[in-house]
Amino acid sequence: MASGEALTTSAYISHHLTNLKVGHGFWTVHLDTLLVSGILGLIVFLGMAILASKATSGVPAGWQNLVEMVLSFVDQQVKDTYHGKSALVTPLAITIFIWVFAMNAMDLIPVDFLPLGLGAAGVHYFKAVPTTDPNLTFGMSLTVFVIMIAMNFKVKGANGFMHEVFTVPFGAKLAPVNLLFRVIEDIAKPISLSLRLFGNMYAGEMVFILIALLGVWQLPLALPWALFHILIITLQAFVFMMLTIVYMSMASESHG
Amino acid sequence: MDINATLIGQAIWFGVFIWITMKADRQKLIADGLAAGERGKHELELAGKRSADAMREAKEKAAEVISGADKRGAQLIEEAKLAAKVEADKVVAAAKAEIDQEVERARAALRERVAELAVAGAERILKREVDAKAHAEMLAALKQEL
Repeated sequence: MASGEALTTSAYISHHLTNLKVGHGFWTVHLDTLLVSGILGLIVFLGMAILASKATSGVPAGWQNLVEMVLSFVDQQVKDTYHGKSALVTPLAITIFIWVFAMNAMDLIPVDFLPLGLGAAGVHYFKAVPTTDPNLTFGMSLTVFVIMIAMNFKVKGANGFMHEVFTVPFGAKLAPVNLLFRVIEDIAKPISLSLRLFGNMYAGEMVFILIALLGVWQLPLALPWALFHILIITLQAFVFMMLTIVYMSMASESHG
Repeated sequence: MDINATLIGQAIWFGVFIWITMKADRQKLIADGLAAGERGKHELELAGKRSADAMREAKEKAAEVISGADKRGAQLIEEAKLAAKVEADKVVAAAKAEIDQEVERARAALRERVAELAVAGAERILKREVDAKAHAEMLAALKQEL
């Protein structure tokens, strides 16, 4: 268990689920979430940028091969679903898939490793998986929401967008109902996006913590759960990406 | 689960990463374009090489055909010459044989006449007997006739 102090089970769990915080009130910042997600993102995306700048034609090897495989997979998904012209959607989908995958993968580090190491260095709280922080998932989904609204305006124009908001699905006579439906529909999008990711990862992390509580018995349990979790990690990254592509495609296709 | 300023930070991170990916994506596109261009150039080069090869091959083949035709022509001329010679020889031989035959026939006829003349001369000699002058005359006539 985490430290030499006598810890109760609930204290152990809540210790693992507490962020490293700085500040007060709204201006609190979860340093662990920000740092881990930022460092992971910088590593993977700057690595990708470097690979892209050095990309050689012909048969790719090593990392370039892996990156090209992932990129062409995402690119294919975008091509299949999104038929608009925006050059933003593919990079957006790639960013989401790779970043969420990398952050989710932090889940596979055994739950006590980082708290033990950082505890020795004087940091007492550290939540290593950024996607178990709703701040992160909402940060992403709200950004997606803003891009979606912007794309609505850009593709359909202010008039076209307003026309769609007030007349779909029941026609102009029921404009208030249409507006209400549209508002609920659009607000549900970022909430479902972020809560789905957060819920899955939080629950997964919780199971890891509960398994870690079993002492010696965690050994036969942690590995199967980790293997199963690899599936969830990839699936959640894929779902977040796929839904974003779908929202973008809905935003750039006219219904009326 | 408390929502706070971390959210803003995460949104900023997200934006930064999208931006990096967009740049990398564009670079990738450019790299792909360059690669395609390079491939095109390479293919053009290859095609040039192939066409030069084809040209050379065609030239070689044409030269071969021409030399073959020359050889065949010479052969035909040679054959024709040979055939003509054989034919001429044959004609000449036939003519010679005919001439020989003619000569032989003439000779045979002459021989026959010689015998006749001899018999006639003998008759006349026997008729005139010792008429030397007439004898000589007769002989001369005989000579003339030969």
